[in-house]
Amino acid sequence: MADQKRTPAPPRGARIKTKVENPGQLLKRVLAIVFKNYWLHYLIVLACIAIAAFTNLRGTLFMRSLIDDYITPMLSQADPQFSPLAAALVRLAGIYAIGIVASFTQQRLMVNISQGTMLNIRKQLFTHMESLPISYFDTHSHGDIMSIYTNDVDTLRQLISQSIPQLVNSSITVVITFISMIMLSPQLTGVSVVMVIITLLASAKLGTLSGKYFIQQQKDLGALNGYIEEMIGGQKVVKVFCHEDKAVTDFRERNEKLRDSAYNANRFASIMMPVNGNLGNISYVLCAVIGAAIALSGSVSLTLGSLVTFLTLNRNFSMPITQVSMQMNSIIMALAGADRVFKLIDTEPEQDHGYVELVQVREAADGTLSETTERTGEWAWRHPHQADGTVTYQRLQGKVTFDGVDFGYTDDKMVLHDIRLFAEPGQKIAFVGSTGAGKTTITNLINRFYDIQDGKIRYDDININKIKKPDLRRSLGMVLQDTHLFTGTVMENIRYGRLDATDEECIAAAKLANADGFIRRLPQGYDTFLRGDGANLSQGQRQLLAIARAAVADPPALILDEATSSIDTRTEALISSGMDKLMSGRTTFVIAHRLSTVRNADCIMVLEQGRIIERGNHDQLIAQKGKYYQLYTGNQASA
Amino acid sequence: MLNSIKILLKQVKQYKTAAFLTPLMTGLEVLMEILIPFITASLIDKGINSGSMPNVIKYGMIMLMMAFISLFFGVAAGTFASRASSGFAANLRDEMYTNIQRFSFSNIDKYSTAGLVTRMTTDVSNIQNAFQMCLRIAVRAPLNLIISLAMCIIIQPRVSVIFLVAIAILACIIIFLMGRTTAAFRRTFRKYDNLNASVQENVSAIRVVKAFVREEFENSKFVKAATDLYEMFVKAEKLTVLTMPIMSLVINGCIIALSWMGAHFIVDGYLTTGQLTSLFSYVMNVLFSLMMLSMIFVMITMSTASGQRIAEVITEEPDIRNPENPVMEVKDGSVSFRDADFAYKRRIVTYDEDGHEVITIEDVTKERHEETLHDINIDIAAGETIGIIGGTGSGKSSMIALISRLYDVTNGAVLVGGVDVRNYDLTVLRDAVSVVLQQNTLFSGTILDNLRWGSPDASEEECRRACALACADEFIERMPDGYNTMITQGGTNVSGGQKQRLCIARALMKKPKILILDDSTSACDTATDAKIRKAFREEIPGTTKLIIAQRISSVEDADRIIVLDNGTIAACGSHEELLKTSEIYREIYETQVKGGGDFDHPQ
Repeated sequence: MADQKRTPAPPRGARIKTKVENPGQLLKRVLAIVFKNYWLHYLIVLACIAIAAFTNLRGTLFMRSLIDDYITPMLSQADPQFSPLAAALVRLAGIYAIGIVASFTQQRLMVNISQGTMLNIRKQLFTHMESLPISYFDTHSHGDIMSIYTNDVDTLRQLISQSIPQLVNSSITVVITFISMIMLSPQLTGVSVVMVIITLLASAKLGTLSGKYFIQQQKDLGALNGYIEEMIGGQKVVKVFCHEDKAVTDFRERNEKLRDSAYNANRFASIMMPVNGNLGNISYVLCAVIGAAIALSGSVSLTLGSLVTFLTLNRNFSMPITQVSMQMNSIIMALAGADRVFKLIDTEPEQDHGYVELVQVREAADGTLSETTERTGEWAWRHPHQADGTVTYQRLQGKVTFDGVDFGYTDDKMVLHDIRLFAEPGQKIAFVGSTGAGKTTITNLINRFYDIQDGKIRYDDININKIKKPDLRRSLGMVLQDTHLFTGTVMENIRYGRLDATDEECIAAAKLANADGFIRRLPQGYDTFLRGDGANLSQGQRQLLAIARAAVADPPALILDEATSSIDTRTEALISSGMDKLMSGRTTFVIAHRLSTVRNADCIMVLEQGRIIERGNHDQLIAQKGKYYQLYTGNQASA
Repeated sequence: MLNSIKILLKQVKQYKTAAFLTPLMTGLEVLMEILIPFITASLIDKGINSGSMPNVIKYGMIMLMMAFISLFFGVAAGTFASRASSGFAANLRDEMYTNIQRFSFSNIDKYSTAGLVTRMTTDVSNIQNAFQMCLRIAVRAPLNLIISLAMCIIIQPRVSVIFLVAIAILACIIIFLMGRTTAAFRRTFRKYDNLNASVQENVSAIRVVKAFVREEFENSKFVKAATDLYEMFVKAEKLTVLTMPIMSLVINGCIIALSWMGAHFIVDGYLTTGQLTSLFSYVMNVLFSLMMLSMIFVMITMSTASGQRIAEVITEEPDIRNPENPVMEVKDGSVSFRDADFAYKRRIVTYDEDGHEVITIEDVTKERHEETLHDINIDIAAGETIGIIGGTGSGKSSMIALISRLYDVTNGAVLVGGVDVRNYDLTVLRDAVSVVLQQNTLFSGTILDNLRWGSPDASEEECRRACALACADEFIERMPDGYNTMITQGGTNVSGGQKQRLCIARALMKKPKILILDDSTSACDTATDAKIRKAFREEIPGTTKLIIAQRISSVEDADRIIVLDNGTIAACGSHEELLKTSEIYREIYETQVKGGGDFDHPQ
């Protein structure tokens, strides 16, 4: 369990995004977010959509009067008068102008609405994510979390900026077109409606088929991507074992499976467009023929202008409906994305009921402590007393005790049992034991990355639950086995330990950590830009930077997790002397992998299966001839 | 760019027919679709306006038939397009993957794992989509444009002037806008990638963030970056939102001009009412096609980067190949280095204007300080046990990589069984020389599956024996499913030491003449380490063993120990000899005895 953080992300593409519960609820929540900051914008957008739809309709209807009211009469006139037509066209131009202004306004505002909402969602996502407990990150694959920021937020943007306005636009268009159609010819409208229903049924059928294969395609894609990731990751081993042919055979099997399911999923999706389009054509033809028949029979009055206009309206009627039906899938996908976004936002943040704070103090001549904002290097716990409103200060010393601590990452499986330990201020406590024995877990508890199930952990005799988490963590420096660096310069990375540290202080810290030497040899020294988790540095150099980062923070107590990866002797010597300097005078918990670290520890805890089985200093444990002796000497026989 | 398109298109292979039929079908579909308004004109003029019901029915039937034919071609085009694009994508993946299998180590070094995986996944999907779009719309839009224009000219050449003017105006505006926006969008997307990179950083380094109580700091950093991104997006999109209103402006202008001119032409008898309605349909068609074309253009530009990255992998030349007339047998396990020099090719990573990685590999100039190994001379007899020791960067891993020809020497030669390694068949050589790499991997599958990588037909008994040699048998037998225990991806369900022992067992399965362990027992405790070496000595005495180690204890009982320093052999001899003669060796020994040792150990 200690190694949870290294669980690999599931293969990309493995997630199937086609199922959503409660789509209405989700849509409502998305809209609520949009409206909260942009209600005025959105109302204007809606108005603009309506105006644009109306002007569009006016344009189409003009066709009728063009033929019926202007051209046809002119044909029978001896001296055709064009001025009424000119006046009508000027009016039409005016209407078009209004429509264009409306559609521009709508689109321009939409940019602010959609990007602004994205900004708000990103901010909310990120700030909320930062407040989540470590357990969230340990139990969710990092690939999945990232996918919320990239894929899900992006589909959400499309929903807000494209799908919803289009939905509104389409509904308005459909409704007003429908009304105009009925006014022009109820009979033909009937034909149109029947055709639209047929189109919808066809789309639904194709949609279901496509959806079925789509799920299969996502599964096959996940399987293939997983295989590729694994094999490419181990490509050198493949070479060494001449396993290339077998690797190709296995790959082809999966690749062909994906090809087939992709073909099927794709086929039904891509024939959707021609089917819809051509059913529209058929509808157009049917209306034209039936309309012509009606016009000729003369039983119902249908002018040529009306018929031509109706044909255009017919298109305007069926197109938005098929568009919406085609949009449905992306709307569902966006809502599935929204669901994941909201799940993260709804995850309970880290709880903190602590009230004891860590403050800088100055000691007066009489030994009393007074709080100060200056950096004195002297720290105290500040206890507020609710009963009488007074505050007392207690000097920070760095004494840590564990009393009967039980812990499990889940309630049903305990990882640590009855841990008792006692660290005097300035002492160095080392944990040794095999992988999975619970070494890293113990350090996760001191700074409350996880809370214990039973027992008590006290810091300077204060139950750590009573200390505010930020203050508790500020008092404990941490150097982790997996060093993580941030994009930025070397200097900025060191300053991460204390944001107000001057350049001189950062350089001093680097010197203490033995990092100064290699930093100066970098192309731009302290201004060298690191990216991709310090990919341009060696493991050892990253470790040295992490030590410098902890050194500049100058914390009263330390948690160190030694790097296990093979580092050459010279760098290793630099690291251990850097760590020694960092540890001096501080209470330190160290997860040890090297004999040198263990040997001068004040107390060594030997852990096995979540229990401390031996404790004592090096000499005592050697004399005891137990597990420690056995591990140390590598001599099984004497155990 | 054209070059990489050519390379990619070569992979269409067996889907050429489908790829060719798609545009053909689309073309026919478009043709039918476009002719429908043309027939409508006849329906109106010869049917309604002349009061002839038979004509109405005649033209109606023609149009209906055309609509059905169009439907048929449309469905066919869609089907062929999917077949061609999914097949094309499968071929691209296949071609990349098979080429990656031919890669030498230095080819592999050139790309990162993540880079290769992205090329095979995301980049291929991008190309697949673009290809499908191109097949369908790249034909549809221009064809639509041309036929519609042609129809207009046929109906009334004088009216088509309107179109030409409109198209010219529209084309200028679109080109201008696209020129301005693509640059802005590129910058914006790079910024977007950076923002996501910083989220990723926060997710993986959350323990550091929390330990230093930097949540607020990270929040303000993120909010600032996200706000910057917002502003850039708004700035970039400000221009794109102009496209639609401008299009409407031009379309509406056309309609007004057409109404005015059309009315005049009809009155003057140059045009019929039916033809005017067809012209209205064609206006829409033309302008719609122009929009489609601009969309395709954007899509192609967006996928070129993906295309180039794929083409790069497909055309990557493996730099180690089988010789002609290769030697098919390795006589014995002797190894000789003759004046061998070696230098890694320099991998230079730069970033192009879009922020994409550009990797170039440079052959290193023959300057001594850039060489990883220099002037290596040593003869190792078959069956000898050789320890190799030295600091990081001293060239230990590079030296052993030359033996199984994972890399080629830059000068000099490496001989196995008395023959230059470059003359062997690669499979024969690598089966005889078994290397346990420092960065080793187990694959998902059972333990037996993994062991059989070394020898596909091995019996379970043989597997057990190899595991016993590598001291892996005890922990395997303690596992609930024993040898059938599933190893998860990346081997995360075994400890570091267990993984190392399984890797050693897997290498032993080959029954190699030469066994090379590159720091392969570092996670095992000293006792196990010693036990493995003892088993090697007693059970496979005939195998030449080369052992790279950080710990002196892992090599002190070797026949000879090579001390590497800065790419040269600083000393070579037995433990006792070296303690006397080699200062470097003595130094390493003393620091370790003083307590620089390793306290890690397995369960």
